[in-house]
Amino acid sequence: MQRTVFRSRWLPYLLVFPQMAVTVLFFFWPALKSLQLSVYRVNPFGDSTRFIGLENFAKLLGDPDYYRSVVNSLVFAGSVTVLAVAGSLLMAALATQKIRGLSAYRTLLLWPYGIAPAVSGIIFLFIFHPTYGVLPYFLSFITAYEFNWLLKGWVAMALVVTATAWTHLGYNIAFFVAGLLAIPGAVLEAADVDGAGPLRRFTKIAFPLVSPITFYLVVLNMVFAFFESFGVIDAVTKGGPGDATMIMVYKAYKDGFIGLNAGSSGAQSVILMALVIGLTMLQFKYAEKKVTYR
Amino acid sequence: MVHALLIACIAVVVFPLYYAFVISTQDIQEVVQRPPRLYPSSHLLENYAEAWRKAHMGRMLFNSFVMGVTVAVGKIVISMLSAFAIVYFDFRGRMFCFWMIFLTLMLPVPVRIMSTYEVVGTLGWINTYQGLTIPLMASATATFLFRQFYMTIPNELAEAAQLDGAGPMRFLFQFLLPLSWANIAALFVVLFIFGWNQYFWPILITNTEAMRTVVIGLEELIPRSGTELPTWNLIMAGAIMALLPPVAVILFMQRWFVKGLVESEK
Repeated sequence: MQRTVFRSRWLPYLLVFPQMAVTVLFFFWPALKSLQLSVYRVNPFGDSTRFIGLENFAKLLGDPDYYRSVVNSLVFAGSVTVLAVAGSLLMAALATQKIRGLSAYRTLLLWPYGIAPAVSGIIFLFIFHPTYGVLPYFLSFITAYEFNWLLKGWVAMALVVTATAWTHLGYNIAFFVAGLLAIPGAVLEAADVDGAGPLRRFTKIAFPLVSPITFYLVVLNMVFAFFESFGVIDAVTKGGPGDATMIMVYKAYKDGFIGLNAGSSGAQSVILMALVIGLTMLQFKYAEKKVTYR
Repeated sequence: MVHALLIACIAVVVFPLYYAFVISTQDIQEVVQRPPRLYPSSHLLENYAEAWRKAHMGRMLFNSFVMGVTVAVGKIVISMLSAFAIVYFDFRGRMFCFWMIFLTLMLPVPVRIMSTYEVVGTLGWINTYQGLTIPLMASATATFLFRQFYMTIPNELAEAAQLDGAGPMRFLFQFLLPLSWANIAALFVVLFIFGWNQYFWPILITNTEAMRTVVIGLEELIPRSGTELPTWNLIMAGAIMALLPPVAVILFMQRWFVKGLVESEK
């Protein structure tokens, strides 16, 4: 594994310096700062701090608003993941069938990856718009229910979930297409000879073979939805109506920057950090499996 | 049958973009008319010109471009250098650096919100391009990608270069760099999009119109009070302008994009 060819007393340090400087200055120092803030009470003007141990955490655990944001995050990340992973698996399965014009189809399926969730959110905001949007208009023929995301919490949630899942599609499809194409043709042909139809071939052979990729993408989509969805929430609902779309990262930001409660925001950051570490470890477990058979 | 299903899927995937484009070509009467008009109209140029003027699109697109390119190039350069040091040198603290880089995977921006902002403030980097880009440049995945790639290069190449009297920097630029272009192109696509699409970071550390990026500036076009005229056609024109550059990069560099995506997440 190891190869050490060049000798120099100072050059390797010079080479790692830029990366280390950025890492320490913008990753480790702030992380330690968050850790420190989480055990202090800081007054809103930032001029006095007092050590209070785990009181910030205790307060969060007893706070129904925080509890609500945890549930919202789970609902949000869970729905985004199910929608984006299942949808992209279906599309990738279709896009790897032996038919003409495949590359054109694949190109058309990939590009949502380039769209920022916030921009996607703004487009879906209009599609869902209660008075001008195309979706409530067509739904009004089926039901008299008012699909108004300004008033109904779950409609707002559906809006941000759809917008986010849409941007994840391209990413997931790229992985599934790569995984499905890696399955040896002979295996599928043998099943074909044995009389298995396309659906059976998929459920009995292709799907089990891509299941490590599926798990990996489930974790990755969860991480994205949990931690990278600030943009879509801020651009579209700002956590509302009520607190219906207030997810954990948005609450940490709001409590810190708007509520000026640095201690609570620090404690929330620490909880988020623990979550990321857990999810990243899961991700590595499945990433390794994914690599071995690719 | 498969074609029909694929076309249905593509319709679902493409519709939001098509609809945004359609709205961006209509005048305000057409936007609000019922039943909704689902085909383009003739106001494309005037809407885009109006959105460009009203929202300072030129400046915002420039800022986004600076952000995408600087973050991508910066990440690639510092990752290449540190991976080179870790693979080709034996120095004190080598494994320490390796694990430090690895740990950054677990510290995404939202987790360090307040305190990273404080650091940038202390440096006086609020509302600057360096504040916008440098804190986002550390990248564990890019470092690992280069490290993995360097490890596949036969050791004999470095030994031969050394026998020819090439120093480490010459080896890096004359041998490794030319071999890495494919990886660099792939990474560039993914990282440019990452930089262009940033939302959280630019909203935190910029507060002047001149420093706003297009992804965050767009939000301000949305009417939040009931009394404002709903200029949704202009908002959609802005959205199309904001999403076109990253999407164009994907379409033009599709081959590299897929490679970069699958490899950078290993």
